[in-house]
Amino acid sequence: MTQTEFLNIVMPFKDKVFRVAKRLLISTEEAEDATQEILLKLWKNKKKMQEYKNVEAFSMTMTKNFCFDKLKSKQAQNLKIVHSNYEDGNTSLQKQVELNDSVNWVGRIIEDLPEQQRLIVQLRDIEEYDLDEIAKMLDMNNTAVRVNLSRARKTIREKLTNTHNYGIK
Amino acid sequence: MVLNNIEKLLEKYDNGETSLKEEQLLKNYFTSDNVAPHLEMYKPMFAYFLVNQQEQFTKDVPLKTTRKFNYKWISVAAVAVLMLGFYLGTSTTKSELGTYEDPQLAYNEVTKSLEMISKRFNKGTATVGYLNEVNKGAATLNYLNEIENSTNIIFKNNK
Repeated sequence: MTQTEFLNIVMPFKDKVFRVAKRLLISTEEAEDATQEILLKLWKNKKKMQEYKNVEAFSMTMTKNFCFDKLKSKQAQNLKIVHSNYEDGNTSLQKQVELNDSVNWVGRIIEDLPEQQRLIVQLRDIEEYDLDEIAKMLDMNNTAVRVNLSRARKTIREKLTNTHNYGIK
Repeated sequence: MVLNNIEKLLEKYDNGETSLKEEQLLKNYFTSDNVAPHLEMYKPMFAYFLVNQQEQFTKDVPLKTTRKFNYKWISVAAVAVLMLGFYLGTSTTKSELGTYEDPQLAYNEVTKSLEMISKRFNKGTATVGYLNEVNKGAATLNYLNEIENSTNIIFKNNK
């Protein structure tokens, strides 16, 4: 397999790998390192890659395992919280600031979720994978994924409603 | 009507039962400008999802094509060297072996070389001649038998 062939396979989902890694590791730098590591691992095993049915799902599972390992290791003791830049040209400045703040607030709520739920929300709501695909990636039961997803969504909604109604943060 | 639909979808959404298409509908609704005021709190959530979808991995990955040394080519080279060696070896020995067309001339040459061989041979055997001296020496050692005779006599007496 040549480098271009490899890149053609990997390019479509490298951003997804990065985002999932970032969701779990929170720090952008850590996530970048993790993505790099995972892509290099794939490159090293490029001969075996033809055997995998779904390289993307396989990479996602790899990412999950790699990030959990990272979180368990002692290196991950000093994680940074990095916020992504948010842009919206349509809304007025006042609204934009407000929205920006509440959008960041969603990020913080998601960070507070248990790792498993965080990962499922990321895979479902941001990467838009099928429930079956997620179940396969995480080596879980379809119903378990659904239950976790539902719990996560309810927690997010509850916290958001509180913030919205009473300004409790 | 639309609002009703959205509310139903939201309930399904919270239970994790919506399909990807339905979720897309929700996303479209909440990122548009006219969201019902009592559903306002959902807005940042969907906005957050949308923003995060656009994040990209910008760092480039150093993909090194590590060329493994191919041991096959060593054997190929070895075979080539061996073939060359055989070829050169056979060609040089062949060129040194001359033949004579005339039988008389060949006969002369053979006698000459045989003569030379016998001369050298005789020379060699002549130098081996001094081995006779060893035999002579061994012959003089026969008197040792005398000693044995006498010792036999002594042993007989002891019995």
